[in-house]
Amino acid sequence: MSKEEKNANRRDFLFTASYTVGAVGLGAVVWPLIDQMNPDKAQKALATTEVDISQIEPGKSITVLWRGKPVFLKRRTEEEIAEARAVRMDDLPDPQKDEERVKEGKDEWLVMLGVCTHLGCVPLKDKGDYNGWFCPCHGSHYDVSGRVRKGPAPTNMEIPKFEFVDNNTIKIG
Amino acid sequence: MSDHEYQPKSKAGKWFNDRLPLLTLGAHLTDYPTPKNLNYWWTFGGILTFCLITQIVTGIVLAMHYVAHADLAFGSVEHIMRNVNYGWLIRYIHSNGASMFFLAVYIHIFRSLFYGSYKSPREIIWILGLLIYLLMMAAAFLGYVLPWGQMSFWGATVITNLFSAIPLVGESITTWLWGAYSVDNPTLNRFFSLHYLFPFLILGLVVLHIWALHIPGNNNPVGIDIKKPSKDTVPFHPYITIKDAFALLMFMIIFAGFVFFSPNVLGHSDNYIPANPLVTPAHIVPEWYLLPFYAILRSVPDKLGGVILMFGAIFILFVLPWLDTSKVRSAVFRPIYRQFYWIFVIDVLMLGYMGAMPAEGIYLVLARVGTIYYFLHFLVVIPLVGFFEKTDPIPMSISEPVLSGGAEPSLAKKDNEKI
Amino acid sequence: MKKFNLKKLLAVALITFFPNLINSAEQIDPIKVNWSFKGLTGKFDRASLQRGFQVYKEVCSSCHSMQYLSYRNLGEPGGPEFSDEEVKAIAASFEVTDGPDNQGEMFTRPGRPSDMFVSPHPNKEAAAAANGGAYPPDMSVLVKARKGGANYIYSVLVGYEDPPPGVKLDQGVYYNKYMIGNKIKMPNNLEDGLVEYADGTESTVDQMAKDVTTFLAWSAEPELEERHKLGVKVIIYLILLTILVYLSMKKIWSRIDSEM
Repeated sequence: MSKEEKNANRRDFLFTASYTVGAVGLGAVVWPLIDQMNPDKAQKALATTEVDISQIEPGKSITVLWRGKPVFLKRRTEEEIAEARAVRMDDLPDPQKDEERVKEGKDEWLVMLGVCTHLGCVPLKDKGDYNGWFCPCHGSHYDVSGRVRKGPAPTNMEIPKFEFVDNNTIKIG
Repeated sequence: MSDHEYQPKSKAGKWFNDRLPLLTLGAHLTDYPTPKNLNYWWTFGGILTFCLITQIVTGIVLAMHYVAHADLAFGSVEHIMRNVNYGWLIRYIHSNGASMFFLAVYIHIFRSLFYGSYKSPREIIWILGLLIYLLMMAAAFLGYVLPWGQMSFWGATVITNLFSAIPLVGESITTWLWGAYSVDNPTLNRFFSLHYLFPFLILGLVVLHIWALHIPGNNNPVGIDIKKPSKDTVPFHPYITIKDAFALLMFMIIFAGFVFFSPNVLGHSDNYIPANPLVTPAHIVPEWYLLPFYAILRSVPDKLGGVILMFGAIFILFVLPWLDTSKVRSAVFRPIYRQFYWIFVIDVLMLGYMGAMPAEGIYLVLARVGTIYYFLHFLVVIPLVGFFEKTDPIPMSISEPVLSGGAEPSLAKKDNEKI
Repeated sequence: MKKFNLKKLLAVALITFFPNLINSAEQIDPIKVNWSFKGLTGKFDRASLQRGFQVYKEVCSSCHSMQYLSYRNLGEPGGPEFSDEEVKAIAASFEVTDGPDNQGEMFTRPGRPSDMFVSPHPNKEAAAAANGGAYPPDMSVLVKARKGGANYIYSVLVGYEDPPPGVKLDQGVYYNKYMIGNKIKMPNNLEDGLVEYADGTESTVDQMAKDVTTFLAWSAEPELEERHKLGVKVIIYLILLTILVYLSMKKIWSRIDSEM
């Protein structure tokens, strides 16, 4: 290799290295600017809400706020539970048994994120063709188990993580 | 310049460029002939561009989390520092960035003063620069109010009260600025709005500043007019870009030192005390970059007089190109002016120091001496030195050494004009 | 010539930058403590932070609020780093006002990690009224809000003395040689053996003052360790890139310089 070639190689290496290292740095700078828009530490910490359910009569429901979203808590009657369990899986766009959507032994309690899985509206209770919920935005019908039956919603309404602290208290999150 | 001949190579490029000549602009910026003897004091233009962009980007981010309300502002800043992902980093870059911005702009201005960059034909560049500087001071002041700490509140009170010195309408103007009967929530809200606006005005002026620069081209340490392009010039890219990049990186190391290892040293501890309209801090001090003007303000025992002198200290810079009578630009060839230049630098630094001290005793006396000298420098020294100074011989071009005896300044100028 | 001027500029610039250094004529300088969190790679002493929290909880918190902190902060990296269970237990030991409930009433419940530190008084006025008219400042960012920072806070905590002859103190005012103006409305609350440290450390006044100051330094700058760590990385990176760019620059300019 001649001296000039060597020099040219060294120069190319220098430029490539400078550009590469510079690009890596630029990438590293971009990340904090993106990450700052993710939920902050205070948001992440607000994970749980406790709800007193002792006042809810069978057949009635309440709505509470959890992580800025409504959560429906419905105390279902025996008939409603029976109705939900009688549905054939073939009739469901997103097949799921009612048993999978409630806690065992607490079948009367349906705890569900009150957000339509289509585009995020809050469905109305005791409306629609299936004795459950109806989303007024684009006409999705949900049954008494919160499963989608008709309309543009792709999936059933989501069940959040929750547990029974005691017989009268549910902890969501 | 080869602007007019530039043709994009690709067909698509040509199609686009015929409709919007961005590629021509790009080619112009890349090839822009720049004096090859620019020293590192010339890299601060690029550094300042970096500072402006950094402030705008971090500022937009902070505005996503900040709450402009008297009851919530302080807490929202703490929220940024504690909860927002990388919030502390972004806020410290923004708050220290203001100081770094001013550090760079002062070097930039003093470089211009030393090498006579404000002189014909660059008066408009100079005036645009001063307008940018004025807006920077306004933006910095408005921004300093936003955390709503003690210094924010009382700084805002003192500065807005300056306007009450105006005869007859002063009180009404101050109340109008406040939107209340003291600095209060409406004041904070409008300050936030304006603080968001000003950087974009600055950005617009920066575009004009650079546009105006590209008409006559850069001044240079020798201060003579040069033929462009010639063997005295180099294309902007890669020669100047790489040099600017190197200087910028050095600057960033210092910047990072402040941000990561002493982020509060340039601020004032009182600003971590929430604003309290009932208690004034013992020493009200503006940020360091405003101190020389603060010293001038306080050196005058009369309210209106102080305000006039303070604004006068800035506005006198606008007429500097016409106060300077010298035919030679660069202080390198001006042995007398050079001495006065350094005296002036020391005078400004001393004024800055006096601005941080209590306005009493020896400090007040020195602040007054400094103020008088500040104006003498512009009104007496600069015009007279230009007349009487015998300048050193200046070279005919950057590449050629000074010939024995050298060219007469006026002659050199004429020769270059012909070219 | 350029070099000489640069130096001079720097020297004067330093004075302009740090006027605080020369600003404190009327009080004596605070004691300089060799804190573990100073310096480029400074970190907090975990054990000291945990002890400091205990001092805060048992002594300071009856008057001083720390309203910008959450209990969860006590478990976060870079802080006292209590375990999750400990943080939950600490939070639960405080009564938090929540609500309104379905009836529109406010109610109290045990604290959770996501709750903010409970303030001893409902508002500033109540705090001042309960303390002889002097509002005990919120301590969340106190270390950043005082010139001298941690050294100053520590010095005040150990700086109580009998007033020198000739100094008359009003009722409820105490003499402190490090306090600005030497008069302080906070009584000397620390005495040897006041708290019983869980880790068995002897609780001297000096130890407690150091621990609680460390805790306050963390609460003012909870990002300090992350900042130091990231800072070292950033500076190393910048130096590396600077060297690369410098060499590239030399290479590029050698074309011109050889013509000169």
